[in-house]
Amino acid sequence: MTLGAEITESLAIALAALRANKLRSGLTTLGIVIGIVTVTLMGTAIEGINQSFKKVVSGLGTDVLYVQKFAWFSNDEWWKVRNRRDITLATARAIERQVTMARVVVPEAFSRQTVKHKNRSASSVAIVGTTDQNFLARGFSISSGRFMSAAEAEGGRPICILGADIATKFFRNESPLGEKITIGGNSFEIVGVMAPFDKFLGLGSDNHVLIPITQLKSMFDLRPEVQILVKVLDVKMMDDAREELRGILRKIRSVPPGMPDDFGINQQDAFIQRFNQVGGMLATVGLFITGLSLFVGGIGIMNIMFVSVAERTKEIGIRKAIGAKRRTILIQFLIEAATICLFGGLIGLAIAFPITLVMSKYLSGTMSITVALVGLVVSLVTGVVSGFLPAWRASKMNPVDALRSE
Amino acid sequence: MSLIYIKNLTRLYQMGTETIHALRDVSLTIEQGEYLAIMGPSGSGKSTLMNLLGCLDTPSSGEFELNGSKVSEMDDNQLAEIRNQEIGFVFQSFNLLARSDALHNVELPLIYAGYPAEERRQMAMAALEHVKLGDRVHHKPNELSGGQRQRVAIARALVNNPSIILADEPTGNLDSRTGVEILSLFEELSVKGNTIIVVTHEEDVARHARRIIRLRDGLIASDAVNENPFTIQSLGREPEHV
Ligand SMILES: Nc1ncnc2c1ncn2[C@@H]1O[C@H](COP(=O)(O)OP(=O)(O)OP(=O)(O)O)[C@@H](O)[C@H]1O
Ligand SMILES: [Mg+2]
Repeated sequence: MTLGAEITESLAIALAALRANKLRSGLTTLGIVIGIVTVTLMGTAIEGINQSFKKVVSGLGTDVLYVQKFAWFSNDEWWKVRNRRDITLATARAIERQVTMARVVVPEAFSRQTVKHKNRSASSVAIVGTTDQNFLARGFSISSGRFMSAAEAEGGRPICILGADIATKFFRNESPLGEKITIGGNSFEIVGVMAPFDKFLGLGSDNHVLIPITQLKSMFDLRPEVQILVKVLDVKMMDDAREELRGILRKIRSVPPGMPDDFGINQQDAFIQRFNQVGGMLATVGLFITGLSLFVGGIGIMNIMFVSVAERTKEIGIRKAIGAKRRTILIQFLIEAATICLFGGLIGLAIAFPITLVMSKYLSGTMSITVALVGLVVSLVTGVVSGFLPAWRASKMNPVDALRSE
Repeated sequence: MSLIYIKNLTRLYQMGTETIHALRDVSLTIEQGEYLAIMGPSGSGKSTLMNLLGCLDTPSSGEFELNGSKVSEMDDNQLAEIRNQEIGFVFQSFNLLARSDALHNVELPLIYAGYPAEERRQMAMAALEHVKLGDRVHHKPNELSGGQRQRVAIARALVNNPSIILADEPTGNLDSRTGVEILSLFEELSVKGNTIIVVTHEEDVARHARRIIRLRDGLIASDAVNENPFTIQSLGREPEHV
């Protein structure tokens, strides 16, 4: 008997058996349905988190080194590093002069101020002081107007570029370009509006205003805490550039040889690594829970298949007397179990899909084809694995004994 | 070469500490085309012998050759193939698949033999027509009478052109009229050259056969030619005989 015919025949038998025991099969399937709903939801959630994270991280730029006072993820004890000297605008200028492997060097300083326009006002808005090349390092785009010029960055007129949220908050209908807003009591002319960022679990925000760093220094903070973005010429040069930068910084800050760095050079990688650690743990826990529910579902299938085999002992005897081989019987019951599970898998997908649509409001991405396929394959495998023992028992039955059973 | 050759065939059943000798050292040859009845009281080993001849069971010791090949040395798969190709079973309780219609029941041996769908359908239809059930092919077993069910079973036994038809009490669940129908089918098959072995404890059934073997306590008590076999044709002329 060919395998194809065997499978067709087995499928027909399986469907007939399922039809004959609708309620029982339905109840058994429930375990698998729950398992597959968990698998697909978990898969979609993990995928969604990864995607959103990648979007946010790509905003950081793979080719950008962040010179900051502290390393993002270090095991240094806080009391050892708290007295570090600030990174200043002068540091940025010194780096810019000496560095060879960088495309742009951009300082950023932060302040929180109240922003007012006519009768509207917003408190505690993030004010970012930076230079004209910031958009090269950050990779954002301007939706209307323009970015600051080099002259403005060096301290010309007080101008500002609005983040998308602030722009819509203050200017519903009219164009903000050319208007004046008050930041912490000083008047700034709006020259541009930034395009909105992708959001991730509320992280990342468009609620900010960019101004020339010189203005920030003179108006709000004489000694601002600065971070320096160094965009490297090529991603392949990251490690070399990092070493170069490290040398420059140690020289500028006169760190004696043998002493550890008193600054941090951060890069996206560190962030990704940490995220992967957390994400990996999340996925492990998720898979464990999923595995558990599938395991319970699988036990149900195994149980019902044992019942099915016992009930159909006579049928097995007849089939064997007529010439069914062990393999034929084995495949017949395996396919029956797999069919039950596949049904469960399909129902599970049908239930999970609308839920992922709701989830997509909070995470990017709905159920992917991959997740759906994985769900189906997992249900199939559960069926085959849990059906194996009962099917094996059926295939090993002695035909005389099987025929004698009632 | 004989169709069936068995020598010192023994089948033991171990029941706890007790050993039951269902068959003891049975030796026998059966030729192609014979019509044979196996008789004996209940528990004498008829079904045991039948299961061995049908390759459903394996002997505890002894030799068994079918068409010259040593069955006693075959593995499960080879036995399944022999059952599929060489043997057609007819059971007392019909043993049809309850959820399948007559046609599918008859097709089953052909499915296992690997025939393509269209061919096996035609063969099964022909077999069902042969047992005069051409108009009942889509009936399920519970939609057929006892005699019709047994005819479906016979069609299933025949469809693969087996070397032997083995029937264990084929009329046991039927009234005498329907039993006669079945026996006339066997007679017809026998006339066409099929080998038929019928297990029965009814003399009325056995007297149709050309040879009668009687078992007692797992031994062959007698093995004799039936000099005057009873045929259905003679049944029609019965009044003249009496
Ligand atoms: N599976 C078994 N386990 C134990 N003993 C068995 C088994 N099958 C048959 N026997 C024993 O073997 C002997 C022969 O049984 P068998 O079924 O061949 O008798 P039989 O001649 O067919 O009887 P009947 O006319 O009642 O069908 C009996 O004593 C029976 O109890
Ligand atoms: Mg018997």
